[in-house]
Amino acid sequence: MSAADADPSQARPQRTTAEVRALLDAIPYCRFLGITVDDGPDGGIVSRMRFGPQIVGNAALPAIHGGAIGAFLETAAIVEVLRISPAGGALPKPVDLTIAYLRSGRTVDTFARTIVTKHGRRVVNVRVEAWQDDPARPIATAQGHFLVARDDA
Amino acid sequence: MSEPGEAPSLVDLVVERKNLLVSSVPHAMALGFTVVDAKPGETWLKVPFDPKLVGNPATGVIHGGVITTLLDNAAGVAVATALPELRSIATLDLRIDYMKPATPGLDVIGYVRCYKVTRHVAFVHGTAYHEDPNDPIATTAMTFMLGANRTLPSAAAALERK
Repeated sequence: MSAADADPSQARPQRTTAEVRALLDAIPYCRFLGITVDDGPDGGIVSRMRFGPQIVGNAALPAIHGGAIGAFLETAAIVEVLRISPAGGALPKPVDLTIAYLRSGRTVDTFARTIVTKHGRRVVNVRVEAWQDDPARPIATAQGHFLVARDDA
Repeated sequence: MSEPGEAPSLVDLVVERKNLLVSSVPHAMALGFTVVDAKPGETWLKVPFDPKLVGNPATGVIHGGVITTLLDNAAGVAVATALPELRSIATLDLRIDYMKPATPGLDVIGYVRCYKVTRHVAFVHGTAYHEDPNDPIATTAMTFMLGANRTLPSAAAALERK
C-alpha cells in the first residue's frame, strides 16, 4: 500500500461537479429518483435527491421508501468516486453496502456527502451520510466497498 | 386459507390480494413490484425489468439500489406476516452484498425470510436472483425495529381498512 492509497486527502478532484452531473443525467434510475449534484460549501460535491411522490414508501407517515434512501446513498458514493477518478473509466461497481437508518425520510429533498476512507488500486472504501434540513442530524449513513474501474477491467 | 366465518390472517390477505398490498406503497407501485408468493415470515417479490431502472447506461445493468429496494420492501412484508399482530415496522440496518450484475432485460425476484422476532427487533435474510436462488445477484441481512412509530405498515393498514 502506498502513502497515496492510505491518505484520502491525497485524492484530488479529477472531474468538475458539472461533469459528474452530466454522468448522472445519463443514468435512467438516477433520473427516476430525482438525483443530482451541487457544489459543496468546501469545494466538494453534495448529492441531492429531490422529493417526489414516486419515492414515497409509507403514505401514512408519510416517509420516503428506505430502498430509495439506500439507492441514494449508493449513488452518492458513486458520485464521490467519480469526482476523484480520471475521466474515461467505467462506473464504480458496488461490492457491499451497510446502511443504518436513523430517522424517517420526510417529504423534502435529501442531501448526502461521501468520504473516501481508503482508495486502493481496485477497491474503494466509502462512508456516506444523508440528511435533510440539518447535516448534524443525519437520516441515514452507509459504509461499503466499490470496485473501481481500470482500463483493463 | 381461512375458514368461512373466521377472520382472514394477514398472510392470507397478502397472498390473496397481492395488488392491494403493492398499491399501498407508492414507490413499490412506481417500480412495478408484484408479490409472487408469500407465507408467514417469507415473501417473494418481483421487479419487472424496465429501462428506467438502469444504473449503468453502458451495460444496461439495473441500479443496485433497485435490488436494495426490492429486498427492503419484501422484508417489510415478511416481517408483517411473521408477527402475531399488526405493528409498525422500521428498517434499522440493511447490509447488501452484490455477487453479480443483474442481466439486462430480465426480471428480478427478491426472496426474504424473517428468521427471528424478538420483542423489539425482527431479523431477516434475503436473496435476489433471476431464476435460480442458488445463483444470487445479491444477498442481504437486515434488522427491523418493531413498534417504532404509531403507523401500521402501509400494506397492513390498507389490508385492515378492507
